[in-house]
Amino acid sequence: MDAPVKTHCPYCALQCGMAIGGQGTEITITPRTDIPANAAGALCQKGWTAAELLTNGERLTSPLLHGEPVSWEVALDHVAERLSGIAAEHGPDAVAVFGGGGLTNEKAYLLGKFARVALRTSQIDYNGRFCMSSAAAASIRAFGMDRGMPFPITDLAGADVILLAGGNPAETMPPFVRHLDGARLIVIDPRRTPTAKLAWLHLRPTPGTDLALALGLLHLAIAEELVDEAYIEERTSGFDAVRTSLAAWWPERVERITGVPVPRMREAVRALAAANSAYVLTGRGAEQHAKGTDTVTAFVNLALALGLPGRQGSGYGCLTGQGNGQGGREHGQKADQLPGYRKIDDPAAREHVAGVWGVPPEDLPGPGRSAYELLDALGTPDGSRAMLVFGSNPVVSAPASAHVADRIKALDLLVVCDVVLSETAALADVVLPVTQWAEETGTMTNLEGRVLLRRQAVEPPAGVRSDLEVIAGLARRLGHDFADEPGKVFEELRRASAGGPADYSGITYERIADETGVFWPCPAPEHPGTPRPFLDSFATPDGRARFVPVEHRPPVEDIDEDYPVYLTTGRVLAHYQSGAQTRRIASLTKAAPQPYVELHPDLAERLKIEAGDQVLVTSRRGESRGEARISDAIRSDTVFMPFHWEGANRLTNPALDPTSRMPEFKVCAVRVERDA
Amino acid sequence: MRLVVVGNGMAGSRLVSEVRARDPHLTITVFGAEEGHPYNRVLLSNVLAGKARAEQLRLHELSWYGANRVEAVSGSAVAWIDRETRAVHTTDGRREPYDLLVLATGSEAFVPRIPGVERAIPFRTLDDCDRILKAAEHSRRAVVVGGGLLGIEAARGLAGRGLPVTLLHLADHLMERQLDPEAGLVLGETLTGLGVDIRTGVVAEAVEEDGVRLAGGELADGDLVVLACGVRPLTGLAAEAGLEVRRGIVVDDEMRTDDPSIFAIGECAEHDGNVYGLVAPAWEQAAVAADVITGGKSRYRGSRLVTRLKASSVELAAMGETQLTDEHAEVVRFSHRAKGTYRKLVIRDGRLVGAILLGDSDAVGTLTQLFDRGGPVPGDRAGLLFPGLAAAPVAESPVLMPDAAKVCQCNNVTKGQIRACWEAGARNVAGVAAATRATTGCGTCRDAVEGIVGWLCEQEGISA
Repeated sequence: MDAPVKTHCPYCALQCGMAIGGQGTEITITPRTDIPANAAGALCQKGWTAAELLTNGERLTSPLLHGEPVSWEVALDHVAERLSGIAAEHGPDAVAVFGGGGLTNEKAYLLGKFARVALRTSQIDYNGRFCMSSAAAASIRAFGMDRGMPFPITDLAGADVILLAGGNPAETMPPFVRHLDGARLIVIDPRRTPTAKLAWLHLRPTPGTDLALALGLLHLAIAEELVDEAYIEERTSGFDAVRTSLAAWWPERVERITGVPVPRMREAVRALAAANSAYVLTGRGAEQHAKGTDTVTAFVNLALALGLPGRQGSGYGCLTGQGNGQGGREHGQKADQLPGYRKIDDPAAREHVAGVWGVPPEDLPGPGRSAYELLDALGTPDGSRAMLVFGSNPVVSAPASAHVADRIKALDLLVVCDVVLSETAALADVVLPVTQWAEETGTMTNLEGRVLLRRQAVEPPAGVRSDLEVIAGLARRLGHDFADEPGKVFEELRRASAGGPADYSGITYERIADETGVFWPCPAPEHPGTPRPFLDSFATPDGRARFVPVEHRPPVEDIDEDYPVYLTTGRVLAHYQSGAQTRRIASLTKAAPQPYVELHPDLAERLKIEAGDQVLVTSRRGESRGEARISDAIRSDTVFMPFHWEGANRLTNPALDPTSRMPEFKVCAVRVERDA
Repeated sequence: MRLVVVGNGMAGSRLVSEVRARDPHLTITVFGAEEGHPYNRVLLSNVLAGKARAEQLRLHELSWYGANRVEAVSGSAVAWIDRETRAVHTTDGRREPYDLLVLATGSEAFVPRIPGVERAIPFRTLDDCDRILKAAEHSRRAVVVGGGLLGIEAARGLAGRGLPVTLLHLADHLMERQLDPEAGLVLGETLTGLGVDIRTGVVAEAVEEDGVRLAGGELADGDLVVLACGVRPLTGLAAEAGLEVRRGIVVDDEMRTDDPSIFAIGECAEHDGNVYGLVAPAWEQAAVAADVITGGKSRYRGSRLVTRLKASSVELAAMGETQLTDEHAEVVRFSHRAKGTYRKLVIRDGRLVGAILLGDSDAVGTLTQLFDRGGPVPGDRAGLLFPGLAAAPVAESPVLMPDAAKVCQCNNVTKGQIRACWEAGARNVAGVAAATRATTGCGTCRDAVEGIVGWLCEQEGISA
């Protein structure tokens, strides 16, 4: 029997190490102990059961053209011909590409190249826009660079205090919780989540008011003279303007907006300031708002005022969500980006990347629409008429999803590459069955910015091809010769990223294997990688971190008489993202079988809803149903729905953050009633 | 269009920001009577208490005005308004024409006309604050006249600096407009414990060199006397211009006076018979006026008042109609004087119409929001006063836990499965983990699994 293959979990950004042994129905999964993320040999139920993904009965093994099995040649010829025709008639932007944060770096890179070189379309974006864009924008604004956690995960073990704003890792990435073990944990979340239950202090703001809370905390830090003046002087710029803007955010005012008692704010700030080692972390709860970038900025300002970032043993970081949420936002599948975390409107960046691709810089398109704007425009006179989807399921995961499904149905051509017939694939003219995770090799960059190697452990089923082969196959039909072998694509990615902020040029598969991961930037083969990039200076022109004044504003859609309850959404432990994978695994659907609506006993009593009742939830954008779960872990003015099933996102608000273009997933106004 | 704002305090400076945020082009000139930066008056008591420095109160840096093309004229008082030609005239001879004028003149400290009152220092402005602090440096004892919000904050602040303080109050209990007698009493006791000597139901007749002479002849000893006897809206400018003035400058729901080109906001304005002395209403009014000025359709409908004392080691929130009794409303009350705790809810027609919370309590956030939104009050009133009471964690004793209870969330393992695993021979956590994967996720259920296995082993010992 072959030795087990060292690889990583298919799901979240923690990318737990696991070894896969056996073949066919005899596949075994063993946690690795050499990967720091789960060095204790930890896995959650999703990881332990991941092998079922490989033997799932719903696996697609043949291309489908209008629902009928066809050969790869027929399918790819059809797609290429239609794409050429649509582009010839309506221009290159009539073809859109939608990627995903679960794709390997190689795929994300090749997809961006395919869009810009083979399709010459500006219309490419990806579901990471719905995930990491606010944290990314805020980090770039403050530090000049976005590496989710700019420190190794193991640094957290030494922390005295960790403030976690809007994150629920006890459900979303359970083994992460082991790294929080030594610290006093302060959790900001409207819900008493499993993570909040572990907290030393739980601050419970009204949905949509995290920004006000962050301002209140910094106001207190300044008022109580807890800020690190020497650090501010030496390592930052812009503090005076922030300090002045905070005079308007005294704690009693913030208390009235957020509902968080002033004494609790004071405890939080004092604990953070008194710690020798402290971290401020943000998650989607703080970020998925139409003011998400400013909310993260407010938390970054707090961290900077306390002197945390860029010092060993303290800092600010965001908890990246998707498996390759970090790498996926670095290599060019984002509308405004080129590989190496370069900006597409930067002439030097265009010249470098065009050189690697062997095309004139002026041939590269400019920035395109962000994810929701791209989807919202589909089939309209200004929007694209064809779309290729890789590693994403926007019919479930986009805001105002019923509207998005309508836009998708208005396309002349929809092509979806997936492992199973997802809700989005079910609408496609052409479905292309692809390899997954343990059936292929590629690199993933985890939440620390550590580049990891996922290795092929099992043979893919007959009839499927890798995303890379699909992209290269289409490119060839459009007259371009692309590499389709992961190692070769990675070599090209290294060259394309060289000199950019996310420089991978010194990273090789061999090094990753030998060193159990390499931190970017790593600009040369002999360079050790950069676990803590900000220790000496920040990635801004003057090396200083930037304070940026920000103001709180209410949710775009506040509650009123017609829609009197807040809706917030999130994840449950047993499922991952749109559920296309996890909803097909028996033990996970047993643990979490169906959508539900969590509501407080007071609200339930008022609405005459009992546990187990079917509940109808209505927003201005649509309606959705779920089973009532009555719990005092939720505020009485708010209901919670998990977003792993088609439905919850029919309700959510597509209002966008002006900077990051993140939709306001985390708060909207709904009406709740027992379903007759 | 030219907008002129008279007053650059809390209301005026807010209005200027709100207008500029909505309209980048309007020409804006703002006159402030005080020198220097506009500042946050709410935080003055923090300065008095030594918990903030004056520069931490700034609402705008002076550079903000240049960057936002707003002309700010500080230290220049407006003397009169020429409504005929639409212009304001300052005491130093400047004439500034306007298309729209906003009066945000605020209010001034009320100074009782008693002999020797010039010896006392009112507590209203940053300058007052400076004078009090300078005097406090070489004082042996302070007397604060007035037991309202500001007087209490001043007394607490001075006591916190180590100065013995006597607080004199005319009414029979402190903050009588916001609190019922018992709350006033408990608050007084809390303050006494912090070094403030409380005298209620007393009339100050004169300020003398050694203190304040009370009616009846007694002297409240102190060489620093601070006045916090309330405020009076500054309406003279409006009255002389012929605008309708009652207690304040009368405005409609758009914050317009009876001259449609003149608005009034903040403590100088009277809306629907109410003159507000708190910042939240002033800012709500500023937002409405700014919206109307820039073509919006906002309307002001009055404010709900929440008073939050800012005094170190004294947590007090009071809102709405706190004095209603059982005849007129449902009253829920908890009092524990020894701990300085007093909590009261006033509920009418299923809505929270008033509340007092004295002493640290997590209820303050929930109650303030219930009051602000006028939302229905849940049936469990006790849970409102004591949040967390219903949610008190149930002791997860392995004995009491039902078999269906989930022990390991990460791997969806119940107590029943652990028991089955034990029955199949597992005698420790590692054995249970190998069979069920319990404890292999986040690891926080380790103690619980250990407890269950231990208890099962114990049971075995007993039955053996």
